[in-house]
Amino acid sequence: MAKIWVYAELNQGKLQPTALELMAKARELGDVEAVAFGSGARAAAETLGKHGAKIVYVNEDKAFDDFIAEPETDALAALYKDHSPDLVLFGFTSDSRDVAGRLAARLDVGLISNAGDVDAKDGGFVASVPYFGGAKMASMRANKKPAIILVRPKSFEASESAGTAEIKEVEAAIGAGSKRAHIIERVVEASEKVKLEDAKVVISGGRGMGGPDNFPLLEALAGALGGAVGASRAVVDAGWVPYAMQVGQTGKSVRPGVYIAVGISGAMQHTVGMKASKIIIAINKDAEAPIMKMADLGVVGDALKIVPALTAAVKAKKG
Amino acid sequence: MKIVVTVKQVPDPNSATTLEADNTLARDKEVVLDPGDECGVEEALRLKEAHGGEVILVSMGPERAKDAIRKGLSMGADRGVLITDAELAGADALMTARALAAAIKTESPDVVICGTESYDGSTGMVPPMLAELLGVPQLTTAKKVEVDGSTIKIHRQTADGYQVVEAATPVLISVTAGIAEPRYASLKGIMAARSKEIKQIGMGDLGVEKGEPAETIEGLAQAETRKAGKVIQDDGTAVEQIIQVLVQAKVL
Repeated sequence: MAKIWVYAELNQGKLQPTALELMAKARELGDVEAVAFGSGARAAAETLGKHGAKIVYVNEDKAFDDFIAEPETDALAALYKDHSPDLVLFGFTSDSRDVAGRLAARLDVGLISNAGDVDAKDGGFVASVPYFGGAKMASMRANKKPAIILVRPKSFEASESAGTAEIKEVEAAIGAGSKRAHIIERVVEASEKVKLEDAKVVISGGRGMGGPDNFPLLEALAGALGGAVGASRAVVDAGWVPYAMQVGQTGKSVRPGVYIAVGISGAMQHTVGMKASKIIIAINKDAEAPIMKMADLGVVGDALKIVPALTAAVKAKKG
Repeated sequence: MKIVVTVKQVPDPNSATTLEADNTLARDKEVVLDPGDECGVEEALRLKEAHGGEVILVSMGPERAKDAIRKGLSMGADRGVLITDAELAGADALMTARALAAAIKTESPDVVICGTESYDGSTGMVPPMLAELLGVPQLTTAKKVEVDGSTIKIHRQTADGYQVVEAATPVLISVTAGIAEPRYASLKGIMAARSKEIKQIGMGDLGVEKGEPAETIEGLAQAETRKAGKVIQDDGTAVEQIIQVLVQAKVL
């Protein structure tokens, strides 16, 4: 039976949801063990046990909280030497990318990123990765041991399974020179009324919104529908709205009941983060935009006129 | 301060791309300097203007990737290095990082600046790999960079705000596209770039050997696509039709 490791990302003591999604998949692939570092690791281990981890390796050294990637890389590389898992699964998130990239280079094994699924096949692992602008799906086989695969958040549904993990306290094995990129302050900017990832309705704006001054139109519609506002990478890059609002491959993955894409053309970078939405409505000037080919309802027209009218109609309907 | 910026030539985000027979991206289309890397070059130039030093662009790609380097030189960078070798065609992230690391090591820079992720691949795996291979700390997804002597402090973008992170040089910084609006190359800059050096090197010069690729594409399938629904022109009834969809979806 293959030995599968899930890297359970913690953020300020909190287990990140992607870890439990990975657990659900890992159970299908082999014997599951998890690794949790930093504050909250022991509490996280209990949860990971309920989700199928037989063993959870933990260490609560504060260096894991306060320094970027290097302490985790040291500890993972040392643990790998002792236990040699066949596959290490990471979430495709900012913090996990930092660790996985360093580990893959340290062990000289490379990695597969941006996976949407993973299968055990012919004694190895094959990941499903969007290719060629998302028009194709590539089956990529990992050639090295350990296979390191990064999976996009929300690719799997987390579910509990019977079981309790054996919690193994391990040495931190952090090198003397690895406490370098030091987090000295954390600043919270976004005060989301409705969390983008949990919203039942998401209204996202792209370049077609014309400028940041028009985003309040989307806020008003979101307010009327009890939803949240997202954005494409193009407008985040342009500085119109904060990164916290970005939906897509390197932003947030959402799967709301209704996704309304306003002035978004539908590049792969964006669509991988929202194509699992139940219903997609697109409003765009361009009838040929790729988003129109995946929308349940595509409206060709002027977003700046349609959105306020829609907000008024929603309010009228709600009374 | 000696700054290396990694730059990549990518298919123009505004033009259609095709695939080669071996499933690598065809590079004969319109190509441009990666828009994210332009921001990296801009940030490097601003650091040089404030603190002095030199800005060196390092790229890996076919010979015509010189055009991408030339673009950065015309913005004001001092010189370029192009790693080009037939063996590197279709290189994965780790191979790319190994080649870049070998070239960058010969420069011993204080700061290496990368874009957070390329426009074509958008996976962002090269910066942490490169930091590891160079043996330096990584300050990733920076939306602001401050220099105080040999200490570099950044604002690291997070899901709900940012972290202030600092490290001593030498250091690798990956910058977000929002960090600095890239300047336009002036006519003077374009003229000056013509005579700036672009050193071309191969794997042999770097002493890097091509290893086993970390992954192999076993198969390609058409991606599952959502069925296209109804597309309507807004003839005044669009709002009513959207409302109907919202009611059916039970969000209204």
